[in-house]
Amino acid sequence: MKKVLAIALALMLVLCSAAMAETVKIGVFEPASGDSGAGGKQEMLGMQYANKETPTVEIGGATYDVELVYADNGSDTTKAPSAANSLVDAGVSVVLGSYGSGVSIAGSDIFKNANIPAIGVTCTNPQVTAGNSHYFRVCFLDPFQGTVLANYASKELGATVAYTLGELGNDYDQGLCTYFKQAFEALGGTVMHEDFPTGTADFNSYLTNAAGIGAQVFFCPVSIAYSTQIVQQAASQGATFPILGGDTLDSNVVSNAAKGTNVNVVVTTFYQEGANADFDNGFKAWLAEDGEALTNNGGNDIIAGVTAMGYDAYYVALEALKAAGSTDSAAVMAALPAVTYDGVSGHIEFDDTGDAVRTTAYVKTVNNETGDWEFLTEQTVD
Amino acid sequence: MWNTIFPYLLTGISVGGQYALIAIGYTMVYGILRLINFAHGDVFMVAGIVMVYMAASGLPLWLCLPLVLIVTALVGFLIERVAYKPLRNAPRMSAMISAIGVSYTLQNLVLYITGGLNQLYPTIPWISDSVTIFGATTKMVTVVTPVLTILLVVALVLLINHTKIGMAMRAVSRDFETSQLMGIKINSVISMTFVIGTFLAGVASILYFTNYTTVIQTSGAMPGLKAFVAAVFGGIGSIPGAVVGAFIIGIAENIIKGLDIILFKLGVIAAPIGLATFSDAFTFALLIVILAVKPTGLFGEKTTDKV
Repeated sequence: MKKVLAIALALMLVLCSAAMAETVKIGVFEPASGDSGAGGKQEMLGMQYANKETPTVEIGGATYDVELVYADNGSDTTKAPSAANSLVDAGVSVVLGSYGSGVSIAGSDIFKNANIPAIGVTCTNPQVTAGNSHYFRVCFLDPFQGTVLANYASKELGATVAYTLGELGNDYDQGLCTYFKQAFEALGGTVMHEDFPTGTADFNSYLTNAAGIGAQVFFCPVSIAYSTQIVQQAASQGATFPILGGDTLDSNVVSNAAKGTNVNVVVTTFYQEGANADFDNGFKAWLAEDGEALTNNGGNDIIAGVTAMGYDAYYVALEALKAAGSTDSAAVMAALPAVTYDGVSGHIEFDDTGDAVRTTAYVKTVNNETGDWEFLTEQTVD
Repeated sequence: MWNTIFPYLLTGISVGGQYALIAIGYTMVYGILRLINFAHGDVFMVAGIVMVYMAASGLPLWLCLPLVLIVTALVGFLIERVAYKPLRNAPRMSAMISAIGVSYTLQNLVLYITGGLNQLYPTIPWISDSVTIFGATTKMVTVVTPVLTILLVVALVLLINHTKIGMAMRAVSRDFETSQLMGIKINSVISMTFVIGTFLAGVASILYFTNYTTVIQTSGAMPGLKAFVAAVFGGIGSIPGAVVGAFIIGIAENIIKGLDIILFKLGVIAAPIGLATFSDAFTFALLIVILAVKPTGLFGEKTTDKV
């Protein structure tokens, strides 16, 4: 009897101390609605899976529970500041996100004034980290991505005329189109660029324009919502040119749209499924048992590049918290530049502007019969 | 020359037909209630969402299509009963604010249900097939839309001019109170107007989303706004006006998107100058010009009683 009592007491003690473990908050600054909602949700899945896998962190000798605090920036630069403010009010130690460079830039100053560091996950526009010391990023940048795609279009596809299409006022689209244009023209090609207003659903005329100038590639690094429309309308017009896109198009929503059509879709991305078997299998097992996660992944268990990046960003944040030895956001910011981490998407270390040093992008294409992404080549730029 | 312009014209006529079907809803409700039903574009979007979920539930498509139209008409009927009927004797501005409220309610309801993600519209056989006309490849729906639009408009005009309910509608739109004194049940006439208007919006949604296959809570905003401009352009309250206005806006918008290439091919300009950017700006500039120059629109009534 005494023994049982002792065990029960000991158990209670353990439970108490576990319940009393302190909490560190990590802000998730992502779009859960709007044009980039689908992408934002896939990026969050990576963080949620990482959080499920490693729910605690050792900071300064004490074990802390990690709590993810969500703020939906609605894919909208006008909503982003208030979402950022809600994270500041919640007292987060570090922020992850956002999917989409425009909203990251819009929320940036709020984090800066509150002295909270932010780790960009897949926002690829150089302006996110340029000229500040609080924004870091784990992915590659648009000048790199634009150059990779222009090289691919020119050398692999043999194209000399390209058509680029971006959303008006979208920093990500416009930046990537410009870098693509620069690199493509440097390779001896000609480029025609056009913009469409936010909320456009009818891309027929833009596709006709591209055909009209005899474009051999159609470059549209736009949100998932627009790219699915473009792919489907290109299919119904019988377009012959391949559609090229950046990391935003790397989504099973886009590959499903191209399924059963003749449209050739080529994208650059951060992670190729199969590169890390442990991560792939663990993530898929999680999706299989969590119905909501499966829905947020678009209803199937294909791993998007952004998911792997969200997963890595979570661990980078944990490394920074460990290195800081405190949950104080200023200490985390001071610790971040020196953090290095070997993630599923490769080795991560930061340069002077706070960008991860990346030299490799994966080029993928859609298999039109199965609707799956297929690996084409690994592109390196020195 | 013809080959260059034709694809834009084709898209324009098709989009114009879809705008026309939505614009009729605006114009009929305005004609009878002097109310601008801002929720109309969102009813169009709800019709799209209903179709997505109905098809996903496994119902056969031949059953989904009529069901969607019935549900949409029902939504229109309910909106009128819940949000506008209690305000029948309130100042007109109150009903309009109520309409804005309905618009946001519908959008946020759909946001809640879909989680803010794009929903892929089901593929409807035959009208989703590709066809080639005069060298331009497009979906069958592009060709079907203008024909169907004209047929529906003719049917509607016949209904209004040659049936009892049509006569009642004309009477109510002429003079609300007198027709009430003459024994016309205005509530049922108004309900009928909403049912017809939203039914046509339902048809438009099937045609529109077959062409542009993703539905999201804001999908109704732009088409709704452009249909509204079309209705004002043609003279709000006038059905032929709304149809003509919608076709003009649809065609002009798409020609502007392609103007660069057309001018380039004609040799007017040496290099593309980015005119496509202004396609939406044109639509709204047109609204301003029409309101300034001819506030009653192309076929509008003489009275200039506008909100």
